[in-house]
Amino acid sequence: MNVIEVEGLTKYYGNFLAVDHIDFEVKKGEIFGFLGPNGAGKTTTIRMLTGILRPSEGKIRIFDMNLREKMLDIKERMGIVPEMANPYIDLTALQNLMLVGRLYGMKKGEIKERCVELLRLFGLYEKKDKKVRSFSKGLKQRLSLAMALLPDPVLLFLDEPTSGLDVMSARLIKRVIREENRKGKTIFMSTHNMADANELCSRIAIINHGRLVAIDTPEKLKKIGERHTVIELSLEPFKFDAERITSADRIELLGDKVKIYTRDADSVIKEIVDYAKKEDLKILSLTTEKPSLEDVFVYLVGDKSE
Amino acid sequence: MSSYISWVIKVSSLASQIGRSFAIAKKDMLIFYLKGPVVIMGLLFPLFLFIAFLIGRDLSHEYLFVALIAMTAFFTSTAVGPTIIPWEARSKTFERLISTPISITTVLLGDMQASFCFGLIITFAISLSSIFLHISLNLLIFIPAALLSLLTFSAMTILMSSYPPTDVPADVMMLSSLVKFTLLFVSGIFVPLDKLPGYARAITYISPLTYLVDALRYSTGLNGFIPLWIDFLALFIFGILFFALGVMVHKRVLEERFM
Ligand SMILES: Nc1ncnc2c1ncn2[C@@H]1O[C@H](COP(=O)(O)OP(=O)(O)O)[C@@H](O)[C@H]1O
Ligand SMILES: [Mg+2]
Repeated sequence: MNVIEVEGLTKYYGNFLAVDHIDFEVKKGEIFGFLGPNGAGKTTTIRMLTGILRPSEGKIRIFDMNLREKMLDIKERMGIVPEMANPYIDLTALQNLMLVGRLYGMKKGEIKERCVELLRLFGLYEKKDKKVRSFSKGLKQRLSLAMALLPDPVLLFLDEPTSGLDVMSARLIKRVIREENRKGKTIFMSTHNMADANELCSRIAIINHGRLVAIDTPEKLKKIGERHTVIELSLEPFKFDAERITSADRIELLGDKVKIYTRDADSVIKEIVDYAKKEDLKILSLTTEKPSLEDVFVYLVGDKSE
Repeated sequence: MSSYISWVIKVSSLASQIGRSFAIAKKDMLIFYLKGPVVIMGLLFPLFLFIAFLIGRDLSHEYLFVALIAMTAFFTSTAVGPTIIPWEARSKTFERLISTPISITTVLLGDMQASFCFGLIITFAISLSSIFLHISLNLLIFIPAALLSLLTFSAMTILMSSYPPTDVPADVMMLSSLVKFTLLFVSGIFVPLDKLPGYARAITYISPLTYLVDALRYSTGLNGFIPLWIDFLALFIFGILFFALGVMVHKRVLEERFM
């Protein structure tokens, strides 16, 4: 069963096309990763899915209901950790949680019980009566997730939940995401971190410049790369002219190394050797590898000229 | 039958939204009542204005009381409201707030209550001065007039915070102060309506404060210049208009707060 269904979703900011006719479904019980570089359109998409922004075009159905028509009913069953949202810094951790509980119409006793549970889970219990002003970024983000989980939503939106956090907080948050998913929650999370997506998600959609370029399981995405080879090259003196390697799909300069993505390793290597001979360069190293998920990602979202 | 059920659902969800607006109001009170600008605009300003008004004039106790209460009610109930939403946008709390199952109207209703309660507490505390001034206050006029005007002024702050959709509280503060002083000066607080030439009197009718001042005059035994029922009706209509217009503008510019 699908929890989210999106069709032709589009958002313009003025004339700028931030999200360009994307379609996808999120199935019940999965952790759906929305992976893309900065500025790809992840936050814009999440803001449309959570009713903050009105789509310029397209349809959103959540829990088999039209989002615009049943906004409040749908929101009752979802929890959200926005990208840059803070808890109220003039309130204590407990006051922040109580507020959320009341905004979801929960009963006082029920809220209190749930608060204690979550404060313990996130290692915040000792600090529950401290104003959030004094919290580190990691603690604020833990509290943020606790606030999203308080009403025990069946669908959770997380916009870059671990970005910029200390190692302990990031780990804790990832553990909680996995546990909540095991208990049956459907999770939609955006990230620009390949490793996080690979580690957590059952399916990944890759978005770039507002367009979806792939949706699949991490394993299948890696297969996209199988026909490709990544060649790493280093020359001395270092000098490189990308125009001369015509069989490359994509070339990246990394300091004094060159990374070349290609479907035709044989021709590329011959071109490299030719080039080195003509320019009288010494080949210090030349390695070939099958692409990692990160390479696939870079290959899918990168511009050829980068 | 099914229309009866859908009616019941509507009423119960309306009731639950109102319940949730109390939570918003409580949050506002915890956060904003002690913020510097609120205290300055809400307490110190009317105090200094009143002192300036008082100095060098020989006015009856009733007249002083009317001016004191009108200024207090006006400034206290408009101190908190204008900056709440810009402040939420600035401190990045607004997105989470509106992603919870509450409507914009509920949020604004909560913010309005916070303005109202601040005004209510201070205004009624200050109105105890009537005892020392030996004013025989007609509470049947005073209480409804004070409550209604506090609601109206609180609703006005909803409109004030709506446009421009900025996340700089100081900008809203400046604009709303400008509006407030304009409304104060054209209100008939400083000069009784009957001493004003016709065109000036016409201008005072655009300030909701005029109707509070007039109603308060009745409550202290002074004579009013507008029929009392029109004072009440005008305050009521201003209040409804402020809130409805405020909600409408807030909804329209909502997206711009995330730009
Ligand atoms: N409010 C806005 N007004 C104009 N452009 C915006 C606005 N928000 C985002 N953008 C632009 O839209 C694109 C997508 O942004 P965003 O959804 O925040 O990307 P991501 O979350 O993937 O980093 C970016 O190019 C960004 O500059
Ligand atoms: Mg983002």
